[in-house]
Amino acid sequence: MKILVCITHVPDTTSRIAFTDGDTKFDKNGVQFIIGPYDDYALARAVELKEQSGGSITVLNVGEAETEPTIRKALAIGADDAIRINAFPEDALFVAKQIAAVAKDGGFDLILMGRESIDFNGGQVHGMVGELLGIPSVSPVMTLDIDGDTAKISREIEGGKEYMELPLPFVAGCQEPIAEWKIPNMRGIMSARTKPLEVKDPTGDAPKTKVSKFELPPAKGDVKLVDPDNMDELVNLLKNEAKVI
Amino acid sequence: MSTATTQPEEVNENKEMIAQMVRDFCAKEIEPNKMKWDESQEFPIETFRKMGELGLLGVLVPQEYGGAGFGYHEYVTAIIELSKVDGSIGLSMAAHNSLCTGHILQHGSQEQKKKYLPKLATGEWIGAWGLTEPNTGSDAGNMKTVAEKDGDEWVLNGAKNFITHGNSGNVAVVIARTGEAGKSRNASAFIVERTNPGFKQGRKEDKLGMRASETSEMIFEDCRIPSENLIGEVGQGFVQALKVLDGGRISIAALGCGIAEGALEAAIAYSKEREQFGKPISAFQGISFKIADMAMKVEAAKLLTYQSAELKNQGKDVNRESAMAKLYSSEIAVEVANDGVQIFGGYGYTKDYPAEKYYRDAKLCTIGEGTSEIQKVVIARTLLNQ
Repeated sequence: MKILVCITHVPDTTSRIAFTDGDTKFDKNGVQFIIGPYDDYALARAVELKEQSGGSITVLNVGEAETEPTIRKALAIGADDAIRINAFPEDALFVAKQIAAVAKDGGFDLILMGRESIDFNGGQVHGMVGELLGIPSVSPVMTLDIDGDTAKISREIEGGKEYMELPLPFVAGCQEPIAEWKIPNMRGIMSARTKPLEVKDPTGDAPKTKVSKFELPPAKGDVKLVDPDNMDELVNLLKNEAKVI
Repeated sequence: MSTATTQPEEVNENKEMIAQMVRDFCAKEIEPNKMKWDESQEFPIETFRKMGELGLLGVLVPQEYGGAGFGYHEYVTAIIELSKVDGSIGLSMAAHNSLCTGHILQHGSQEQKKKYLPKLATGEWIGAWGLTEPNTGSDAGNMKTVAEKDGDEWVLNGAKNFITHGNSGNVAVVIARTGEAGKSRNASAFIVERTNPGFKQGRKEDKLGMRASETSEMIFEDCRIPSENLIGEVGQGFVQALKVLDGGRISIAALGCGIAEGALEAAIAYSKEREQFGKPISAFQGISFKIADMAMKVEAAKLLTYQSAELKNQGKDVNRESAMAKLYSSEIAVEVANDGVQIFGGYGYTKDYPAEKYYRDAKLCTIGEGTSEIQKVVIARTLLNQ
């Protein structure tokens, strides 16, 4: 089984978010970057599938040179080799085209990624990659098992779960509990540097979108605590201050 | 907080990845359980074995012997991160890596390395190391444990105490006297397996801190071991032990750095949350100056520790530098943990908050693997006996 795992290089979930360059760029100063948490699930499941039935894992990232430590962490966790497309991941279609270009002749049985990145949270790339390659794409995938040329998956849908069978190859956007995050071990960290990391130039047109401005959501207001014995005050506040009743 | 070093980017990146790995492991396995282990004084042997799976029990062991094959920088980083969360597990890691495993790695024969290092590096076996005795701590030359040759075997008699993993260790490196008491080159090092007849478990110590790290006696009663378990040559035991301790001191220095940094981070977080007179206590100079001093001490200790790690990696003699790092880190760990308790105030004196554990754990650093006073003897000797 040949698996392609696409990972994003995103700010740690506890990062303070700020902008620079006239609010058009994310301020990376002092920010710790990590593998996208949903991508981490995809990678963990790929490692489990490889442990079960052999094969190889290629990890792919669209990003500038600064993403290489994140890519090497994926290699330390268990990917065999890596490709970095040397470009800033400006928008979903641009990223999807880069992934599709790598996957087109790569002979991958499975293309896994997170259901969405946690920076822009678009959740569009897996669908676009499936469309560009003319293969199925499913998301958000919560379980994934392979039986010969067929995969059995379950995915979250409005109000319940959907169980599906589909032929390989396909694209899956993953989320918990598909696998437990893997912690790289010392030997993995040591060997990550000797695994191949190929840098390729982007293909196709430049990204079509341009960021005009970022804005932070308004700060959360103060909380007023009302004594449970004082329902009159609660009603008064809801009616006259919050104006919701 | 990060310490700037002049390391190649590659080493810094590995250190960051190792630090993250240890943080993830601690959050999952150690943080939720550490107070329980501390209270019951339980050595969490299964958790410790999991550290073997992650490669934390054979950091310096080459990959051909099943280890991670890293140098001292990465080793120091791993111990610091672990000790920030729980010093007692950091101590067990340091003792396992530097002492038992380190002794066989540095002085063992090819056969001994092949036989023991893969088991130790993966955590299948836990290692102990015995030099200290009830009546000879710092004065190791007058040890009472003796080894006598009897045909193809060595017969050990005596007792070692204050031994990390003395009861749980599957294998121990033991220094025993093979010559006359008080004479030089009178000790030799032996590998003793738990199953060797006459190797008995002794009393487990009830300690102030480092309570999840097992400290106990090892007793030898006509303990017979095959002659091939002698490490190196007869009479080299003490010299070997001193070299092992040179490296070991770097690990205890790292332990001190970790405990101090953990205490500092806890104090910073608390001082920003705790309000008095309508503002966080961090806004008061009495607290903020304390925190500035604590942070400066942690950074200085880390610089000394990473410096001796660098020298050790270069194969240089680290006798003085490792003693300085160990001495300074241990002393500031106690000071910083003490200030930590003070910043937490009354809550710092309770087990509901982390400050008191750092305080109890830190004190071991000024005593174990050579007291602070012995470190000063070592440092002074290198300066004055030239």
